[in-house]
Amino acid sequence: MWSSLPRLLGGVPLTLQLVGLALAGGALVAFGTALMRLSSNPVLRGIASGYVFLFRGTPLLVQMFLIYYGLGQFEWVRGSFLWTVLREPYWCAILAMMLNTGAYTSEILRGAIQSVPHGQVEAARACGMSRALAFRRIVLPVAIRQMLPAYGNEIILMVKASSLASTITLMEVTGLARRMIAQTFAVFELFILAGAIYLLINFLAARLIRYAEWRLTPYLRARA
Amino acid sequence: MLEILSFGPNGWGMQLLLGTAMTVAVAVSAFALGIVFGALGAAAKLSGSAILRVLAELYTTVVRGVPELLVIYLLFFGGNGMVMAVARLFGYDGFIELNAFAVGVAAVGLISGAYSTEVIRGAVRSVPHGQIEAARACGMGRALILRRILVPQTMRFALPGLGNVWQLTLKDTALVSVTALSELMRVAHLGSGSTREPFLFYGIAAALYLILTTVSTAAFNQAERHANRSLRRA
Repeated sequence: MWSSLPRLLGGVPLTLQLVGLALAGGALVAFGTALMRLSSNPVLRGIASGYVFLFRGTPLLVQMFLIYYGLGQFEWVRGSFLWTVLREPYWCAILAMMLNTGAYTSEILRGAIQSVPHGQVEAARACGMSRALAFRRIVLPVAIRQMLPAYGNEIILMVKASSLASTITLMEVTGLARRMIAQTFAVFELFILAGAIYLLINFLAARLIRYAEWRLTPYLRARA
Repeated sequence: MLEILSFGPNGWGMQLLLGTAMTVAVAVSAFALGIVFGALGAAAKLSGSAILRVLAELYTTVVRGVPELLVIYLLFFGGNGMVMAVARLFGYDGFIELNAFAVGVAAVGLISGAYSTEVIRGAVRSVPHGQIEAARACGMGRALILRRILVPQTMRFALPGLGNVWQLTLKDTALVSVTALSELMRVAHLGSGSTREPFLFYGIAAALYLILTTVSTAAFNQAERHANRSLRRA
């Protein structure tokens, strides 16, 4: 059983890359989307809610296939510079995961921004801060602190979602496990090993978020 | 394009419709199975027995921390062996072939159950303890308290959380397509392969999933309103 562990571990860097890049891109998308949803412009609001509705209402697998198989069908996509990105399953997987997590994270962020007490914004305005400065210095830091627990769940969901990249030929941990199951029929051993790898990654991610939360809330710690 | 999607002999309309029906069938069965697992898991987590608590904790931690696809592979490739091993204990030595529907429902139900466990556990915990004491003081037995006091209120408290679990379950059924069960995603895959119109087929699959999630969200909201009709809102 242990002999297959090194081969499975070979998929970990790819899994981490997919998750890391998707989360980084998704955070940017989420930030833009949350601002659009909170703006007073109905067109921007409509676009943002449409995006969130589409990506939260459909399975990630459909989104991934739509991007990987679907977009390649069009001549104008294949002729354009986009094709250098979209013909790679690697970038398609990251794009799909990024757009997916962006939709969920934007809702988390929106909720967090809305939960910042209005009095704090008023106080900042009364101190003479401009709206942009108050947003940057007061609203955003408080909101990010507020959203951390929910965002931790989203990270774990993304770690798990990265396994779907194996359906579009990427050999990350799940893809390798599947291939080795088909070769050796050692279903349980491979499930236990691959599962343990994912559990470890998720455990570390949860600890990291816990640590970030602790760092960002010094005022809640018991005084020594 | 219209011919491809028509209901005629060359069209994929009927297959797509049947695929959607299969997706709904898998999702509903898996969700129901998940509630059974969830009720058992919640009972185990709240029980006095340390062994049961540890087992339930293990179940929810592993299933919620491991990719859904891996759980599906486990049951798809290992399910036959597991069932045959159990059958051997009862003295049956023949070959047992599980059908794809059963494997899919079991896999998605297992995942759904882990999330339902947490929802139901939270709901049971939010029934005020005083009510249980009052029921006992009135002379109700344990079974009667469960049936008349605990279960009705748990169902009401669990409804919003179960709505979220339903959404997850519905979307997880798409992963069952890797086992060749002809649900919506599988039909879209076959259709796009034979017509070379992947965007069209996956786009339609996405639209159908969107319809399913939207309609069921509305249904759950309606159910919540119905369950909370006796409550007065501030």
